[in-house]
Amino acid sequence: MRRLITHLGAWFDRRLQLAAPIREAAEHPVPRNTASWWYVFGSAALVVFLLQLVTGILLALIYVPSASEAWSSLQALNHDVTLGWFIRALHGWGSNFMVAIVLIHMVQVFLFGAYKFPRELTWIVGVFLLLMTLGMAFTGQVLRFDQDAYWGLGIGASIASRVPILGGSIVKMMLGGPIIAGATLSRFFALHVFVIPGTLIGLVGLHLLMVLKLGINEWPMPGRLVKRASYANEYHELTKKDGAPFVPYAVWKDLFFAAFILLAVAACALYFGPFGPTGRPDPTIIQTVPKPDYFFLWLYALLSLLPPSMETPALLIGPVIAIGVLVLLPFLSGEGEKSWRRRPIAVLTVLLIAITLGTFTHLAGFTPWSPHMNAWSGDPVPEKVLHGTTALQRQGALVFQAKQCRNCHSIGESGGQRGPTLDGVAVRLTEDQLIRQVIQGGGNMPAYGNNLSPAETTALVAFLETLHPVGQTPAHNAAIGEAREKSASSR
Amino acid sequence: MSNENTISRRGLFMKMGILFNGLVAAALAVPVVRFLLSSITSGRANAYLSWVSVGSVTEFPEGETRLATFRNPYVTPTDGTTVDTACWVRRVAGDQFQVFAVNCAHLGCPVRWFPQSGLFMCPCHGGAYYRDGSRASGPPERGLFEYPYKVEGGLVTIQAGELPTPGSPTASLVGKKPPCAA
Repeated sequence: MRRLITHLGAWFDRRLQLAAPIREAAEHPVPRNTASWWYVFGSAALVVFLLQLVTGILLALIYVPSASEAWSSLQALNHDVTLGWFIRALHGWGSNFMVAIVLIHMVQVFLFGAYKFPRELTWIVGVFLLLMTLGMAFTGQVLRFDQDAYWGLGIGASIASRVPILGGSIVKMMLGGPIIAGATLSRFFALHVFVIPGTLIGLVGLHLLMVLKLGINEWPMPGRLVKRASYANEYHELTKKDGAPFVPYAVWKDLFFAAFILLAVAACALYFGPFGPTGRPDPTIIQTVPKPDYFFLWLYALLSLLPPSMETPALLIGPVIAIGVLVLLPFLSGEGEKSWRRRPIAVLTVLLIAITLGTFTHLAGFTPWSPHMNAWSGDPVPEKVLHGTTALQRQGALVFQAKQCRNCHSIGESGGQRGPTLDGVAVRLTEDQLIRQVIQGGGNMPAYGNNLSPAETTALVAFLETLHPVGQTPAHNAAIGEAREKSASSR
Repeated sequence: MSNENTISRRGLFMKMGILFNGLVAAALAVPVVRFLLSSITSGRANAYLSWVSVGSVTEFPEGETRLATFRNPYVTPTDGTTVDTACWVRRVAGDQFQVFAVNCAHLGCPVRWFPQSGLFMCPCHGGAYYRDGSRASGPPERGLFEYPYKVEGGLVTIQAGELPTPGSPTASLVGKKPPCAA
């Protein structure tokens, strides 16, 4: 039996002649200290990508890339096809894991100085691999053709339309026509299934080829500087003196981590299930609150918080600058210190970006900038606020709810957070200031002058005047108070 | 042994072969590029726009704003429900209307009308508009997009057909003076 296998192997290798180069690649010497758990993220990203390829092909067996049938075919996958829900869940969770692992891999490479000479091009290809991965995440969200996908495309189109002069044409090119419709889904399908994965496979090949040709980045030692003239010799010396064959010396950690990641994806898929689809992509259903997928939540928050005048420049120029900086990085600091222990600015940059993205993502989880559309009819005025109030003040509380003030202002920790909370507003604003604010608006509040009768305004302000902490008196205009006292005493 | 300045017969043929392929590729590129750009070129001079009805005048009480739906005039066989579109119709008085796109002027999310407070509110990033469509607060830099409308034979018709975005005709057709207006 064994002899037969050897014979077969020899027969194939006589024709393919691949055994020697494969063995050479597998057993190429790597510095011993790179056989570390820090060096497993690249191979893990590749393994998750392979998982996405396989599950993607499986989904394509059932999925129909047509605007009229995509949603129903997703329902069929979820409910009718045996384990269709599990394959969808694997693909959805695989996508989240892939973005996360690619980002972690990139941070590790950056902190270990691996982008420096001679691995500049490996880094640049990596930057494009990140962009392709994000492109897959966005186009994949569109293929889950539901309400979120529909309005997400609308947001994409609105952003694209802000490009000066060419905006309108870019939108039609992106949508495949004048509106989000059949042609839009078809072209996003082509991007998600052919164009971007094809590019990804090519770039991954190039990325891996360079890792093999240039050798894996050695463990950075503080004080061991990279110099163009001497690096190649130093690296060669290192692998000769202190090297070990990649297989099996280092590869076992990659294998263990890859299996662990696949298990984690499967566990998430099994426990949390597939993503959506949410409601039908019917644009006449406007009772919807569209939200992007997890990895674009930070962008959603940013678009709410940027000052309006800065939005268009930030949207159009920001990505160009970000990609430009990433691509130019190895040319700006291609030599010198690799160890993160001696690169405080690099560490701080990573921390700053991570904290910024984390904060924005966290904020997007509860969207304090959005009015709570149902607060006016869903959140009652807290009982303790109404305790011991007059008829006029209670009428004001009714006006407060009926005019949807609650959608943006919270009382007793329920209601919208678009505007300031009104617990204690009477301490901050005098009666006259309250009237002015309600009627004229300002500070990002609409003016309600046209929508409130004088009686309603009086009642509303009387109610707002009761909103102050126990023991604190409402704000009052001292000048008016004195004048009133004087006129009272002179009588 | 080939001299640097001379060119061999085979070398010439190879160069001619490359040139031949280049010419064929250029010729093929014309239809390919025209195919790729067709979504832009077939919409030139607002060719995507047509007049469609959103309902009879009597469906819209004076002084109120109602949601109406229409089917996009440009339809392909695989569009499904995506060509059914919503818009907000405000009957100011008599035959005077305002027809707003549901798409927020900020980033296109669907705005909802709240008659009690007389505001359109957007669920995405918190934009708000007054009843006449002008900006009230939040990130939008302008008012709601308006469709041009006509009242004909008791029907309210609007000129629609493109997704309302800051770059589409809907953003600029209403509110501009006709070129010959005195």
